[in-house]
Parts: sequence; C-alpha cells; structure tokens
Amino acid sequence: MAPLKSRSLAEWDARSLPGHQVVLGQAVPLTLDCGTELRDFTVAYQTYGTLNAQRSNAILICHALTGDQFVAETHPVTGKPGWWSTLVGPGRVIDTDRFFVVCSNILGGCMGTAGPTDLNPQTNKPWALDFPVITIRDMVRAQAMLIDHLGIDRLFAVIGGSLGGMQVLEWASSYPDRMFAAVPIATAAHHTAQNIAFHELGRQAIMADPDWRGGNYQLEGVRPERGLAVARMAGHITYLSEAALTRKFGRRLQNRDELTYGFDADFQVESYLRHQGSTFVDRFDANSYLYITRAMDYFDLAARHSGVLAEAFRGSPVRFCVISFTSDWLYPTAECRTIVHALNAAAANVSFVEITSDQGHDSFLLEEPEFFRVMTGFIDGAAERYGLGRSAER
Amino acid sequence: MDSSTPPGTVRETRNGIRIDLKLVADMIEPGSRVLDVGCGDGELIDYLNRVKQADGRGIELGMEGVNACVAAGLPVIQGDADTDLSDYPDNAFDYVILSLTLQATRAPRDVLANLVRIGRHAIVSIPNFAHWRVRWQIAVHGRMPVNKALPYQWYDTPNIHFCSIRDFVSLCDEMGIVVERAMALDHRGGARRFGRSLYFANVFGEQGVFLLRRRTAA
Repeated sequence: MAPLKSRSLAEWDARSLPGHQVVLGQAVPLTLDCGTELRDFTVAYQTYGTLNAQRSNAILICHALTGDQFVAETHPVTGKPGWWSTLVGPGRVIDTDRFFVVCSNILGGCMGTAGPTDLNPQTNKPWALDFPVITIRDMVRAQAMLIDHLGIDRLFAVIGGSLGGMQVLEWASSYPDRMFAAVPIATAAHHTAQNIAFHELGRQAIMADPDWRGGNYQLEGVRPERGLAVARMAGHITYLSEAALTRKFGRRLQNRDELTYGFDADFQVESYLRHQGSTFVDRFDANSYLYITRAMDYFDLAARHSGVLAEAFRGSPVRFCVISFTSDWLYPTAECRTIVHALNAAAANVSFVEITSDQGHDSFLLEEPEFFRVMTGFIDGAAERYGLGRSAER
Repeated sequence: MDSSTPPGTVRETRNGIRIDLKLVADMIEPGSRVLDVGCGDGELIDYLNRVKQADGRGIELGMEGVNACVAAGLPVIQGDADTDLSDYPDNAFDYVILSLTLQATRAPRDVLANLVRIGRHAIVSIPNFAHWRVRWQIAVHGRMPVNKALPYQWYDTPNIHFCSIRDFVSLCDEMGIVVERAMALDHRGGARRFGRSLYFANVFGEQGVFLLRRRTAA
C-alpha cells in the first residue's frame, strides 16, 4: 500500500495504521512496576502466517527501540521494507509458511500501542509526561496479555534483538512455561553506565529543544524535531562501528572537492547522520523516545534476584540461543557471555554464538549469512524437538 | 581444542561415528543429560541425541565448530574448559565428557575437579605419553614424539600438560576420584579394559579412556 502522508507524525493517526489493535486491561488492569494500574489500553500488533490447529507454532518477535510491529511488510509510514523482512517471511529464516509470527508495538511506543502520545481518558489531552514510566517487564506483561487474547497458551519461540532481546530475557524469566525457545540477540541483562550515558545524551537533546515545551508539544502544535534528530544521531553512532563508518564514509567529502571552512556538512558521514536524524523525526515521537530509553536504563534482570542473574533462570525449561556480534560495542559479546554464564549456572539448555561482522550493533538487522545460518539451525532443531517437524531442505 | 579433529584422534569410523567416540558413547546410559567439553563439530552430541535419546550439550573453544553445531540444531556454546566449567552447579549433568583435551588445558587438575563436580560421572580420554612408540622416539631418537596420535611439532603443539595413563590414575587417586572403568585403546582403535595391571595399558595403550566419579562423602 502507499505510505500514509509522512511529513509529520502529528498529522497521522496511529489508530488508522494497518494491522490489528486490541484494547486490553478491561477486566483486569495491568499493574505496572511503578504501581500505576493501566486500564483499557490499546495494543497494536501485526501477524504473519497462520496459527495451526494445536496453536503451537506461534513466534513472538520483540522489536527494538525504534522498531515497530511492521516486521515483514512495507512500512505504512516510511514506505521502506519491514525492519526484519530479510529474516521473516515465506521460506525465510523465520518462515511464515510454517510459523505464526506475532509482533506488537511495545508499551510506550508511538505506532498504535498505548504511550505518551495517546489521549489520557481522564483529561482528554495527550498523556505526555503524565503517562506512567514503564519498564521492560511492563512491556512483556502487556505482550503476555496479548498472547492470552490470541488464545495461545505457549509460544514456540520469543525472538528479538537489542531492546527486543531484553524483552526475550524478561519473557524467559517471567513466563518460562509459556515458551519453548528464546533467542536473545545483541543484548544484555542490564544497562551499563555507558548505555545509560548515551541514552541520557539523547534525552537531554530532546528536552533541550525549545519545542519540547516540557513534553506538551502536541498540545502546543509544535514538535521537538531538532532535539529528537540529535538524539537519533547520537544513538545511530552507537549502532555502528568505526570499521563500518570508515568503510562507508572514510573522510570523504559530501558533494564537494574541498573543505568549505564552515560548519556545513563537509563530510559524507555528517550528511549521513543528518539524514538519519531528519528522517527519524518523521516516524517517531520524542516523548516515546524518552519513555522507551528510560525503560531500557531501568532494566536489570539480576537486581530482582538479589543480584544473581542465574536465579532469574533457575530451573528454566526454555531452550536458549544467545547471539552476539564481534563489532557490537553497545551490547558487546561480554554482556551476552554474562547471560550465558548465568544460564549455565542455572543448568539451562543454551546455545551461544558470536558472529563475526564489522557492522556493529546494527548487524542483527542486516543480512549476515552466518547469523542467518545459525538462526535457521537453531529454529529447525528447536522446532523438531517441539514436535513441529523439520523444515523442508532449503 | 579447536574445531578440527583433536590431537590423538583415531580417525576410522565404526557405525557412523569415530571409534573413540563410540567407546565413550557406549558408556552412557540412554536418556542421560550429557555435557561434551571440547565437542568439536558436535559429532558425539548428535550421536547421543539421536541414538541414546540424550539431552546432549556442548562447549567448544573454536567459533567455527560452535557455529557449525548450532547451525545443525545442537545446543553448543562457545567456551573454554579452563574458565567456563566453574559456572555450572554440582550434578548438573549425568555425564561430562572431555575427549583428548585435558592435556591442552592450563589447569588440568582444576578441570578434572570440575568435571566430577558438575557431572555425576565424567568420561575423560587422554593421549598416553608413555606409549611404547613415544618412549621409543624419546629414548632411541632423542626427539619429541610426533606420530599419528601426537601429530604436532614441539613448537606448535596445543598440548601443554602431557601425562601417562599411570600418571592420570595416580592423580585420580590423589584427588579422591573413583575410576569406575578404565580402557586402553591401541593404535588400531582396539579397546581393552584394564584393572589393576597398569603396566601393559601404560605401554601399549595409545589412549586411555576413563569413566570417573567423585568419591561420595560417607
């Protein structure tokens, strides 16, 4: 379908996006970690493939900070391919001819699920900063309610990278009996000081924008686009690697032969970052960015278990596959190894691979043949164990 | 301990699996939880899972081997016998296997202690440095042994802690580890059980294969 009018997020109604929406928390509210009870909240989600008669072939995909539920289709706002369309689809690694794939926009997001852009039913104004601060556990609780709604007792697998990987870990810790396999990719069991620091940089950029208006920009008809763009630029640098930046841009100049002795985007890398920033603000909300990065900063799975991460997985029946990438310095292999050590200490069934790639944290979104091979093998092996059979040779 | 065939491997196969691995597999009760440390390309785990309905998992140092295992659907992690075994809780497995790898670890005694701690049983195989061919190469030629079982030159060998069958049995004794079964493999891969008569095993066994358990506190 043609992209919706994409100039401004304020101009599109997230409720009119394609895909499914359900109002949850009507009978029983969702009690958030902060203590607030969330009632009648919307979850927007998308599905691919068909749920089998036994309801046993469902895979939940958890999206990352700036991702959304449009995993494997043309994005309705940007018109670009879905963020994991190389991995998810008919005959692909996550084969929608075999599996029923579900992905929901996370709590706090801005693509249809309840978040700070929504109207607060009590005031009939956008929530803005009155929206309760949510955690990754809250996001996962909302997903579990969605899975209930879909009539699925047990997921075959929960899969995600980065923030999505944190949700996978939270799922495995909170609902081990409701899933067979877990694939946390390029992620960590807690946010390090460096992770928090980069997020704080992004948040401060947003809040320093005069158009942020203390979070009430929607009411005042403006958008903190410059702040959000800077936040995105800073974030984007952390998703890449020096090697990838050097390979793509080096010190090459942008549409010019000489330095201009000014502050224009002389270098290609500057132009690229500016482009990343300016296109991001067309599809993302600044307050959502604050809430979601906060949820990530608060994430510390071991903290709930007296600081012993293994206790989060004690007696876990889940079959894990932890994947990291050599050039990922945002969630480096060492963080994944910490998860693996904890899973070993819990005597859980775990596979762990580190994929060689120079693409940095973003590797998990890119077509890395070794990554795809490993995922395919793990999913096939797990499906066979779960009684879903092996895939046809491909 | 990389993903290639470990030093000292008997390469011939019997019933679709390497002879030394078959010998190990035969010691394992069906349906067991098994950890194969230094699992290479996962041949043994795959065999145990298929033929013995085991819950077989692996640790492998070489990333190539790990990726091949996981891509084949086997639960394997990248890790190191010297550093990663201490994570596991006591009695996490029915059997922990270390095939022809102990001599390549930095602290074999600690590794051995971990094997019998995390497994109710451990199965350890070692290349025997007191095999007559080894003795011959040192005694007569005055050279470090290089043969089919020990294919490396002294300067590029990963094997840093050699022992003989007699040394190994004596270390087990010292550590309070019970040798439940001991076999010597000759250079053709023929297996022979040995009891108290270590002499022949130590001279004619190219490899020793041991089923171990820690002495129960009584």
